[in-house]
Amino acid sequence: MRILIPTALHSYTKKSWVEANGATLQALLTDLDQHYPGIRFRMLDEQEQIRPHIRFFINGDQTFDLTCPLHPTDEVLIVQALSGG
Amino acid sequence: MARSKKDAVSVTKSRRNKSRQQRVLILVATRKGAWIYQSDNARKSWRAHGPHFLGHIINHLMLDPRDQRTLLAAAKTGHLGPTLFRSTDRGRSWKESSRSPAFAKATDGASGRSVDHTFWLTPGHAAEPGVWYAGTSPQGLFRSTDGGVTWDPFSSINDDPQYRKWMGTVQDGTPDGPKLHSIIVDPRDAKHLYIAMSGGGVHESVDGGRAFAPLTVGLKVVAGFDPSDMTFHDPHCIRMCPSNPDRLYQQNHTGIYRIDRPSREWIHIGESMPQRVGDIGFPMVVHPRDAATAWVFPMDGSTVWPRTSPGGKPAVFVTHDGGKRWLRLATGLPSRDAWWTVKRQAMTVDSGVPAGLYFGTTSGELWASRDEGVRWSCIARHLPEIYAVETAVLA
Repeated sequence: MRILIPTALHSYTKKSWVEANGATLQALLTDLDQHYPGIRFRMLDEQEQIRPHIRFFINGDQTFDLTCPLHPTDEVLIVQALSGG
Repeated sequence: MARSKKDAVSVTKSRRNKSRQQRVLILVATRKGAWIYQSDNARKSWRAHGPHFLGHIINHLMLDPRDQRTLLAAAKTGHLGPTLFRSTDRGRSWKESSRSPAFAKATDGASGRSVDHTFWLTPGHAAEPGVWYAGTSPQGLFRSTDGGVTWDPFSSINDDPQYRKWMGTVQDGTPDGPKLHSIIVDPRDAKHLYIAMSGGGVHESVDGGRAFAPLTVGLKVVAGFDPSDMTFHDPHCIRMCPSNPDRLYQQNHTGIYRIDRPSREWIHIGESMPQRVGDIGFPMVVHPRDAATAWVFPMDGSTVWPRTSPGGKPAVFVTHDGGKRWLRLATGLPSRDAWWTVKRQAMTVDSGVPAGLYFGTTSGELWASRDEGVRWSCIARHLPEIYAVETAVLA
């Protein structure tokens, strides 16, 4: 499925849109890490918690549930959310 | 033309002097990236290289003294989790660690901790090439045996129930998170380690980190609290004297201390600091060849803890007798209206003759002294807030 990568993670992917697979959001991020080693740990911590300023949207709807099911036609947006200096 | 004997002696002396003058690198870690400054042989002019990792929060940048080529940078950004970058060509190119410091995953039902950032990096013993130690926020101790590519946790600290209790929670720590810092490896014994935690006290291991024990006798805590409880101890920075590894100096939340091992008792040596200045601060710097000489950079630790130079008049203080007397060194520094300060990792010394001293300020200025702190000059302005300053003398 298609995944939009935020600019803060372009150092891994070198582009905005990438393809990866997974039956859940968690599995998708694991597959993404296979292609771009290290990218998962920048978004999820060692306790499998979403880091404070990372947000996931599936087909436009925000989710905090890493076990939510995904379909091959879904579109996942990863967003960096932070303000301040 | 034939050279006279006098000329020959002069050339020999000149060569000898030149051999003592070596190029120095200043490694500057800031809230928005890292810079490397390289000196000429006289340490008079400096060339800046950077920014490296512009926009990344760099808490520490260290060169491996064993190979003089490997650099490690502790990094994170506002949005992303922590990582470590590694260079084996002194900063020309960088590669990310494949497994950066991370706590063990909690077993079902338990609450686990997550590394917010790596705060402190210490190269291992000279006899253990490739070994590095890292201290994190919240407090955690990690070790790499492959030059910083992968990192493993010390369960003896990170998971021990007593140590976890002493560490407190994230809310008990310093404003940008509780930290494990001042990781010191005894140059005579790779298994002899010291660590410090803010909060959590000073601890020592004699078996390579399998077990640690507190080393806090003599250290004060904030009035009204129990000094036998490590929770209330807040060491800011500890340094071991290279010329006498049995002597350590400490800048603590409650003042300046010294310990001479095998004694287990710290001596409060900050009481002779001027009363209007006090002996609160963050950095502690020791002389490369003289264990009686050490420097501090006091800050205002009164009332609400402004953490600025006392009275807006920044100054370095030096002792040449192990802390009995302190001398103010401020020639070249602003004489008034300078409200910055220096963080615990942001002041250091090189091994030159005389030793060069360096510090970076919270307002992004980099200051240097080529004569052990007597005269100061600003070698860079307008950098982001400086978190750490380290030096390396190139062979």
